[in-house]
Amino acid sequence: MIRSGTKGRILDIIFANGTRICALLVFLIIVAIMVSLLAGAWPALKKFGPSFIISSQWNPVTEQFGALVAIYGTVVTSIIAMLIGVPVSFGIAIFITELCPVWLKQPIATAIELLAAIPSIIYGMWGLFVFAPFFGDHIEPWISDTLGRLPVIGPLFSGPPLGIGVLTAGIILGIMVIPFMASVFRDLFEVVPSVLKESAYGIGATTWEVIKKIVLPYTKVGVVGAIMLGLGRALGETMAVTFVIGNADRLETSLLMPGNTISSSLANQFTEAVGEIYTSSLIALGLILFLLTFMVLALAKYLLIRLTLKEGVRT
Amino acid sequence: MNGLRNINVSLYRKRRIVNFLILTCSILTTLFGLFWLVWLLATLFFHGFKYLDLSVFTQPTPPPGESGGLANAIAGSVLITLMGVLLGAPVGVLAGTFLSEYAIRSRIAPVIRFVNDVLLSAPSIILGVFVYEIVVVPTGHFSGWAGSLALALIALPIIVRTTEDMLKLVPNTVREAACALGAPRWKVTVSIVYRAARAGILTGVLLAIARISGETAPLLFTALNNQFWSSSLNEPVANLPVVIFQFAMSPYEDWQNLAWAGALLITISVLMLNIIVRTFLRTGK
Amino acid sequence: MKTTAYIFLMAMVAAICSMETGGSYAGEVKAISGAGATFPYPIYAKWASAYYKLTGIKLNYQSIGSGGGIKQIKAKTVDFGASDAPLKPEDLDKWGLFQFPMIMGGVVPVVNIPGVKAGQLKISNKTLVDIYLGKIRKWNDPKIASENPGLSLPGINITVVHRADGSGTTWIFTNFLSKVSQEWKEKVGNAKAVAWPTGIGGKGNEGVASYVKRIRGSLGYVEYAYALQNRLTYIKLKNRAGAYVAPNMDTFQAAAANADWKGAKGFYVVLTDQPGKDSWPITGASFILLQRVQDKPEVAKAVLSFFDWCYRNGKEMAKKLDYVPMPEMVVNLVEEAWKTEIKDKNGNPVWP
Repeated sequence: MIRSGTKGRILDIIFANGTRICALLVFLIIVAIMVSLLAGAWPALKKFGPSFIISSQWNPVTEQFGALVAIYGTVVTSIIAMLIGVPVSFGIAIFITELCPVWLKQPIATAIELLAAIPSIIYGMWGLFVFAPFFGDHIEPWISDTLGRLPVIGPLFSGPPLGIGVLTAGIILGIMVIPFMASVFRDLFEVVPSVLKESAYGIGATTWEVIKKIVLPYTKVGVVGAIMLGLGRALGETMAVTFVIGNADRLETSLLMPGNTISSSLANQFTEAVGEIYTSSLIALGLILFLLTFMVLALAKYLLIRLTLKEGVRT
Repeated sequence: MNGLRNINVSLYRKRRIVNFLILTCSILTTLFGLFWLVWLLATLFFHGFKYLDLSVFTQPTPPPGESGGLANAIAGSVLITLMGVLLGAPVGVLAGTFLSEYAIRSRIAPVIRFVNDVLLSAPSIILGVFVYEIVVVPTGHFSGWAGSLALALIALPIIVRTTEDMLKLVPNTVREAACALGAPRWKVTVSIVYRAARAGILTGVLLAIARISGETAPLLFTALNNQFWSSSLNEPVANLPVVIFQFAMSPYEDWQNLAWAGALLITISVLMLNIIVRTFLRTGK
Repeated sequence: MKTTAYIFLMAMVAAICSMETGGSYAGEVKAISGAGATFPYPIYAKWASAYYKLTGIKLNYQSIGSGGGIKQIKAKTVDFGASDAPLKPEDLDKWGLFQFPMIMGGVVPVVNIPGVKAGQLKISNKTLVDIYLGKIRKWNDPKIASENPGLSLPGINITVVHRADGSGTTWIFTNFLSKVSQEWKEKVGNAKAVAWPTGIGGKGNEGVASYVKRIRGSLGYVEYAYALQNRLTYIKLKNRAGAYVAPNMDTFQAAAANADWKGAKGFYVVLTDQPGKDSWPITGASFILLQRVQDKPEVAKAVLSFFDWCYRNGKEMAKKLDYVPMPEMVVNLVEEAWKTEIKDKNGNPVWP
């Protein structure tokens, strides 16, 4: 009895420390990635200083590099993706939780989530060979004839219908983030206690009023957190964007014109970059992207933590 | 009195209309989401299905103008993915165990959890660059192992997270009951908690497999690719995503057709895996 | 149960690991790895496949880009590198590398203008430069019209298409533009990736080809095989001798024939803007890069044997895939250079 006890204790220590080491390994990996990115980016950061972030030049011949175009493209495509993805995911979540007949719930939820399972290179091929031609021939002329004529936002939507560009990339990103956000929204909406919803229905509220007045306030912070998670996805997406964004290192007002993102710059140029400064500038772009997703994630976490704290108070 | 009733009726009508509009929109958005899935799959079937024959599974990748298949790429993909999971899963499960079982009041747990989410959201191309720097350059050659490691880094955070979530679902009373019988902690974890959460842990692993089997960007700088059958994971290994990428961007029609067949194949297998996971999870519950 | 399964798995892993450390790179060379330029990838794959059937040696060539090829051979992560842009002799010396030309091809400007068929449109060098500088913006510009009497050109915008990724094709194309225009040389320059004054970028030749196919009024540049396989509308260019020529095997060969390989140190020859009235002005060779001092002479020997076989027996395969094989004279020069340039650690020649 005692012997098995000591043996058990030793195994206990081994097992506990084994799990601890593995957990610390995760931490070490992130540190190692940070260090290697910083070390790789250092020559470029030293040479260009803070102006690296605000310079819109990207000239491999004269070795003058700035990140502004890529940052702009990354942020703008992600915003477009959010403008499409958030309302659509929201609608899907409402449909699944409030409207859908029970037997259809699971199939539809699964189908939407399958969108997330399709590898991003498939989105890229489809985008280049199927979606961009269709979009350029049928949708973009219409956009520049209608939205392009409007005052103020007109310049954003004018230009030749190339089918390739910031808007196309944003739309494909939007499709790609829908399943992530829709499934989190759905989970959130389903944890709203039915007592709350039913009492609202009981006093005669319509479905929309229940969602607006009961479900949304209850899940508010979580919804914002989910949006942030979707945003993090959109920022880092590589292969799909590379195929359809047009990869031009210039700042353009029009969303129909080609642009570039950080990840597509990396995918296009990393293997071809010769010379320390060029490679280092690309790695510096990677570092910026890493920090960008890091910040978005931190914000999401902060909001989600506030949510759980609030729940704690409530119960 | 009469007026008041009129106002109420018009208000009621307005509420009804708003409600109707919003709900219609929600149906439309759902159709919108499904529309893309259907369009994508239709494209893949249209372009790929007629080239998906037996030779795709039996013959290695051909040079342009000759007949061939994707057999070496399929085998390579399976091997790299499997090794990636075998590298990532044990670490992931143990780390998840730590977060769920041992770190309840620990101050490092939130840090690990956060760092894990950072790793989860790290762009895969950056992980590829990282593995290139720490494995490919020091060993002096591209290798299947480097590819597996890159994939393991992607799989790891997924497994950590699902393991933690799944272990937390196991009721505390089960642990307490086992401890009360005098079982040591590790034994409680391994033979009681793991067993209870078996389906969940396996789900996480399968999800990780589904996620990494379609990854292209990190393999470009690590596993590279191979025209032939590789004799070991210590040399460049053929894999489906990179082959699809190269063949799709080539000028030759026979290569492009193989790329579509490969794209269809990889999408079907990933989708099947996801569906299996889901049904599995439901019966597991 | 779980533990047994786990032990089994671990045993399997261990078995695979031990199996694998045994076989590689010992004794007889059975596998060679190379990486680099995308342009020659199809023909190297073809040669490798034929050579494997003949000898059982697997030569794995992967297209990661010319810059990648240079980077990898410098880091010795591959047995040979490949680049579409020749390295300067001083760079070769600095990095201890040796290069030789393996195969040739041409870069072809292609257009998508309604009503214009392949070979109908003629464009002078000056006009081509002006279009790529964004100075000429419409197809019915008087400059283009005056070069094409009798051809009716629509008044649509010109959309310039270029490569988005760094590439040897871009290097050859911008090398040509820099040679014929001082303004291009000063403003933009010659590199694998440049700051384009105008236009959109496609990923890879296929990306450029598909943009040109889709966008009305576009002008792009791709390698010959892509123009041919995608049935794109190529244009005629004015060469140094002042004649308008169409891109094909004969005009590429004419450009190569006039090049001075013998006098070029380190085979640094750029085939753009060559003399001769039949020369296609944007011709280029693709180069192989080797370490001058070989740690593994037996591998180097296998690499050289492969390329020797390709020079001697690979010509027909190359032509079938729209590549131009190297002339006999150049092959002999290259193989002579192998004897003196490639050595093992003790200074003994590796070839023959």
